[in-house]
Amino acid sequence: MMHTADLLKVFAEHRGDAIVISGRGGRHWINLSDTVLDVPLGDPAMGGHAGFGLGLALAQPNRRVVLFDSEGDILMSMGQLATIAEQAPANFYHFVLDNEVYATTGGQPVPNSKNIDYAGIARSCGYPRAANYADLESFGRDLPAILRQPGPAFISCKVWPEVENTPIGQRVRWRKRNSDKVVQDLRGALGQ
Amino acid sequence: MADQSAALSPETVMRQMKSNRVTDIVWLPDSETNWLFLLMQSDPDLRLVGVTREGHACSITAGLYAGGRKPMILIQNTGMMESGDSIRGWLMGLNVPVVLMVGYRGYTRHGVNSDTAATYTERFLMAFNISFYLVENDGDADRITTAFQEAEKTRKPVVVLVGDEYHGFNR
Repeated sequence: MMHTADLLKVFAEHRGDAIVISGRGGRHWINLSDTVLDVPLGDPAMGGHAGFGLGLALAQPNRRVVLFDSEGDILMSMGQLATIAEQAPANFYHFVLDNEVYATTGGQPVPNSKNIDYAGIARSCGYPRAANYADLESFGRDLPAILRQPGPAFISCKVWPEVENTPIGQRVRWRKRNSDKVVQDLRGALGQ
Repeated sequence: MADQSAALSPETVMRQMKSNRVTDIVWLPDSETNWLFLLMQSDPDLRLVGVTREGHACSITAGLYAGGRKPMILIQNTGMMESGDSIRGWLMGLNVPVVLMVGYRGYTRHGVNSDTAATYTERFLMAFNISFYLVENDGDADRITTAFQEAEKTRKPVVVLVGDEYHGFNR
């Protein structure tokens, strides 16, 4: 298992000028980068980040689009993987932070979480490249090659859960911009 | 004088899409879209993104909009209702100015409605405070442009209800 913060630090070294949708890694990624090409949306509605990443990748084919999704979101909207594979955006890199639990609601287990092969699901849906990682060393070793090859690539990473037991209304807000500003900042940066 | 034909033709819908500069159709087939699909598929300037569940269209549309495209969603009323939280979070929450063209399965102007999909469609839209326009034939086509204009002005999703099932879009 990896710590999400460590995984993101490794990725940051290879980020280049990619658009990064930080998803479930948002609270750590914001300490590494918070530019107009960073898209910390929080959680508009579960299950949708993969679709948002696809839409952005299709709209901006000349830019790499990197998403840090979660296994809970993937399970809620597995059909998105078929749509993504059909559209086959070569600029889309779909990372999944798999902590095996619903951390936001107190750490309850995701059904059958220890037995699901997410890379296998993605591959079966048509992703040309998919892999599972459970340790930082292998992930760091392979990451440059993953990002050099065209996507869509699906990279599932086992990470330690960071369970939140504080009531939602009492949690420390880590985002510095609201979602509307995040989207409008991105559109401005893309010349829209 | 406005066209009062009894049907809504797929050509009319295509003209409205083109005149409103739609770039992408994010869709899941329904009872309305039969022949319209063939027209859309043959247009090299339109990208079709097929989804497996209607709620997925909301987040994909949000991403396309964030990246500078002008998508339109094409789904059935049943799927729209299934998508409630996605509409809330990805379209309304992110202020995405999108038109959803929604097949109004079960709608009838005459007699008594027997399909609960139709019974709850407008109630759903009113509960979400989503503006909507009913289009039943070619004479109503301008309402589609009105929907696009309202979406742009308000930066909110606007629905066009297609009340011409198994008729206008089919031949």
